[in-house]
Amino acid sequence: MSKMTLKTEGDRHVVVTRRFAAPPEAVYRAHTEPSLIQKWLLGPDGWTMPVCINEARPGGKIRYEWTNGEGGGFYVTGEYLELVPFSRLVHVERMHMPDATPDNHVETTFAPDGDGTLMTMRMTLPDAATRAAMLSTGMEHGMEASYARLETTLKSSAALNH
Amino acid sequence: MKNLDAAFSALADPTRRAILARLALGEATVTELVEPFDLTQPAISRHLKVLEGAGLIVRRIEGTKRPCRLAPAAVTEIDQWLGMLRKALSANYNRLDDVLAGMKTEE
Repeated sequence: MSKMTLKTEGDRHVVVTRRFAAPPEAVYRAHTEPSLIQKWLLGPDGWTMPVCINEARPGGKIRYEWTNGEGGGFYVTGEYLELVPFSRLVHVERMHMPDATPDNHVETTFAPDGDGTLMTMRMTLPDAATRAAMLSTGMEHGMEASYARLETTLKSSAALNH
Repeated sequence: MKNLDAAFSALADPTRRAILARLALGEATVTELVEPFDLTQPAISRHLKVLEGAGLIVRRIEGTKRPCRLAPAAVTEIDQWLGMLRKALSANYNRLDDVLAGMKTEE
């Protein structure tokens, strides 16, 4: 089921939307309670989040650490700016790989949608180049799979050219 | 694509991937690339040379400037980055569906 949309908007934004078959309260809680976050915010298969700090109050800290169990890992830190239970979260975050990336300002809204929820996550990066860098370096840990795919693509395009 | 190895090594560098992603927004000159990346002009020029050698960008001559833009091979690559981000997020949200279903059962 392809319920998610992801698009870039203007020079500095990335907007993600997704529908969930649960009320806004549940979706909001799954975004703010560490024991729930650790079950889903994991990225590619094989990754886990051993450290999950999420202080759901204005000024509260966020820290997520991921590992692939093979020595690979990175972490995100952030702070909450605004929380409206169970409809809106605003926070800033940055990735450490290990150098910190510029702040990503993230506004997440949870709107009732029938008997479910429409989530909209709007990321704002400081400038176009930072967004570009995020889109590419955010892929770092999936790079190996990417290279395998790229190789296939290049091989087929090379075959076409000859 | 001129050379498979050249493309691999060109894409292995995060700055070069970021330059490609910047060029996805449109053509840019070296001067326009220097500021956002906080690198010197010679450093940017070296990266561009690698990208050009790998067939990922093309440059044209406009007076004394040589603006660069993405070659079709790089456009494909950037689509794949967005595709991977979409895939990683989709996997997260599919897991979240299960978490939400579990929360419902507990109530």
